Amino acid sequence: MSSTDAAPSETEAAEAAADAEAEALLARARGVLGEALVGSHIAAGELWLRVDRESWADLAGWLRDGEGFTFFSFLSAIDWMASPFGRDMDSTVDNVLDPPEPKEAAPTETGVAGGDTRFQLLARVSDVATGRSVIAKADLPTEDLRAASWVPVYPGADWHEREAWEMFGIAFDGHPGLRHIYLPGEFEGHPLRKDYPLLARRVKPWPGIVDVELMPEVTDDSAGAPAAAEGGGQ
Amino acid sequence: MTVTERQQLSYIAAQAADARVNLEIETEGMTLNIGPQHPATHGTLRIVAKLDGEQVVSADPVMGYMHRGYEKLAEVRTYPQVTTLINRIDWLGSFANEVPFILAAERLMGIEAPPRAQWIRTILFELSRIANITLFLGDMAVQVGAITPVFFAFRDREHVLNQIEAATGGRFHPNFDRIGGLKDDLPAGWVAETRQAMRKIRGFCDEIEELVQGNEIFQARTRGIGVIPPDVGLSYGLSGANIRASGVDWDVRRDSPCGLVHDQVDWKVWTHPDGDSFARFWVRLQETREATRIVDQLLDDIPPGPIMAKVPVIIKVPAGEAYVETENPLGVMGYYVVSKGDLNPFRVKIRSASFSNVSITPWLLKGVYVPDIITILGSLYFILGDIDR
Repeated sequence: MSSTDAAPSETEAAEAAADAEAEALLARARGVLGEALVGSHIAAGELWLRVDRESWADLAGWLRDGEGFTFFSFLSAIDWMASPFGRDMDSTVDNVLDPPEPKEAAPTETGVAGGDTRFQLLARVSDVATGRSVIAKADLPTEDLRAASWVPVYPGADWHEREAWEMFGIAFDGHPGLRHIYLPGEFEGHPLRKDYPLLARRVKPWPGIVDVELMPEVTDDSAGAPAAAEGGGQ
Repeated sequence: MTVTERQQLSYIAAQAADARVNLEIETEGMTLNIGPQHPATHGTLRIVAKLDGEQVVSADPVMGYMHRGYEKLAEVRTYPQVTTLINRIDWLGSFANEVPFILAAERLMGIEAPPRAQWIRTILFELSRIANITLFLGDMAVQVGAITPVFFAFRDREHVLNQIEAATGGRFHPNFDRIGGLKDDLPAGWVAETRQAMRKIRGFCDEIEELVQGNEIFQARTRGIGVIPPDVGLSYGLSGANIRASGVDWDVRRDSPCGLVHDQVDWKVWTHPDGDSFARFWVRLQETREATRIVDQLLDDIPPGPIMAKVPVIIKVPAGEAYVETENPLGVMGYYVVSKGDLNPFRVKIRSASFSNVSITPWLLKGVYVPDIITILGSLYFILGDIDR
């Protein structure tokens, strides 16, 4: 098993090298983006860059043309608001019959590379020649959910931006045609926002909640042996 | 990245066809609806094609007929429950869907599966690939009018599905991967039976090579059709065999391995310089053979030891964000998991391969002839569940 004993140190060395490479890339990003780069994070060889909204398109251009990140992986968004509904499946009562009291929303916390707003763009690009990749983030003010489109740089962003528009309500300036991609054209609301209730849970409780049989000790008078004895007496 | 002469010529031909559509005497345009229910759409994908005679002026895929909202549903399920959902994304290679999600959760928790679990995981991962691509190899022949090969594919895929069922209990939806390891150990006699299944799959590959790949009609219908230059493919996010068929030597299994033991065996990444429908078929055929080689080598020395690492009974994943991707049968699949230290993930972004692979179709179908739509879609090879999620 000597090979497996040696494996951790090899992976550690590889991770250290990847982290060093990410550091170097981060330094270059600071040089190019300057003030626009508002947050960063390095973990397990992966680099997160958070830029301000105005530099969102510039970031894409620099990543592809300046650094060779030619592979477009995905683009999406995160709604950092804590869900006002919690997990409906945790409830011990039937939500349809006894609607839960609306909870006070927990404070909004953001993840790695920080964040100041509720909505955050999230995208990832890779360089297939070297295996490096970058995860990009940008904060969007809730009252004006729009950012520049990545389609001119990465044509593959087209469908991903349509999805983000549909699911979060984020508009992309310069996109060739923002329209529904999954949902029917007349659909209202943005389903992946945290304040959009999961309707399946509202109309039908989590399986098992309504079917729970009462345990014998809860209904003393009708349970088990005494009942049988009474039945015998009648 | 070098562009071969054939690619260049095909690209120029496509451009010329594009120009002809605009310059020739305009015939009356026609809109052709292919799908949602059509044998060539592998499910419920609809393509609205505007035609000028036999040529496509523009093609617009319409999807969402199978959208199940897994990203939203994952937010109200505990981590172990999520694997049940994501099994159904690419339903022909289900086990492979579970692996990147479990690896992302393991990375956030800072635990690693024991070596034995990693090896068996990799074996099942490759078996999913074989089960998935076997069907493609038969199905691609159906797209050009040959019915027989797909029955061979169904026949021989059964050998692999039997092995997956014997190990996991599920033919299509194993739900076998756990945070920290696997649900169970292998049953007795499984290794020898799997070896036999691999032999049969190699026989199937030889059969397909003689029956389909060398066929004159098949070559005429696929060579030089649907050429994707590497730079265009990458900018659309094409991955897997689709991008390797354009000459891009990139495989996540080799280039950024994570949690699986592909680096312990000797295998090769196959590429093809042409980038056409034939190349995509050819690369997948080689990959199936290569996968049987990987499985055979892994079966030789599965390390002994436990199948599960020590994990708490109730799994709470520490706060953080992680993205893990693996080379799934259809291409690169990844999960961006955001945790807030709860029982359930806060947000799961699913990067599925087919969604990006199909997003190139409006560009790719421009200027092709109607019968070629079918072979091009067939050769891109997508599963609707993997597009719609």
